[in-house]
Amino acid sequence: MEIPYTVTARPDTGLNNVKLGIWLFLASEVMLFGGLFSSYVLLRVGAVEWPLGADFVNIPIGTFNTAVLIGSSVTMVLAYASLKLGDLAKFKTYMGSTVLLAVLFLLVKSYEYYEKISHDHLPSHGTFLAIYWTMTALHGLHIIGGIAVNGYLWGPGSSMFHTKRDQFIGRVEAAGLYWHFVDLVWIFLFPVLYLL
Amino acid sequence: MSGSAEEVKKHIDVYLKVAGALAVGTVVTVLASYLDVGVALGIVIALIIALTKGSLVVAFFMHLLEERSRAILWTLALTVTFWFVLMLLPLLTMADHVGTPKTLPNANAAESHAEEAH
Repeated sequence: MEIPYTVTARPDTGLNNVKLGIWLFLASEVMLFGGLFSSYVLLRVGAVEWPLGADFVNIPIGTFNTAVLIGSSVTMVLAYASLKLGDLAKFKTYMGSTVLLAVLFLLVKSYEYYEKISHDHLPSHGTFLAIYWTMTALHGLHIIGGIAVNGYLWGPGSSMFHTKRDQFIGRVEAAGLYWHFVDLVWIFLFPVLYLL
Repeated sequence: MSGSAEEVKKHIDVYLKVAGALAVGTVVTVLASYLDVGVALGIVIALIIALTKGSLVVAFFMHLLEERSRAILWTLALTVTFWFVLMLLPLLTMADHVGTPKTLPNANAAESHAEEAH
């Protein structure tokens, strides 16, 4: 059975299913992370004292990881632009770079976690650490999801470029929107958890 | 993003400029955290920089600046509205004094004075 409106727009919404679906998903993601940011504010204003992020986290490492994630967002949007130009080889280069940068982000984050665990800075040892672990780990899960999807589109999924090019471009656009959202969340997480 | 090669190449130039702005924004965020301005102003400065960087990502990388679909714009408008409701929850919680014993501190103060008098 052919699924309708994978490329062409639905007459009622004016959008294809992929685009409408990803924006609705991102809206639900905003509420998910919004709930955690709201909890952070509540915990912080209710706390008798709140540690400076720098007491527990490594600012240079966090800054480096921010640059890595922004870099991956740039390569992601360049991968999409390459597809629009019909250049599959460039798409593969940029998408591969996106995946590698995402893996680098996770490796650096894992090192940070290792440092925390060795210093006994566990979620059960304070409100700041509890919200830090919750928010960064949830964000990390999103990175893992992004690596899986982007890795598929870079590898086996890219064969669709030769058979259903418009549908493939739609998929990359949706994956890109998701990836930029993950970057967007980190842009707020970094100052909130590391600098304030 | 529309399809012509010329337009896509123009977009690529914009992406690279935005990338530069985001890199500068990240450096400014870190430098601003070392300013001796107090916690409240520090939070405001950090959030303004984060909002600027976030707006660049949403406007150019997510192409929201070119988005004309009413379905997407309405979805986002609703999302932003409920996001503000979520952010108001801590304020509403702090403003809720139902059940807080307001007379207790005064009663304790009188008691301690009485104890001092003895």
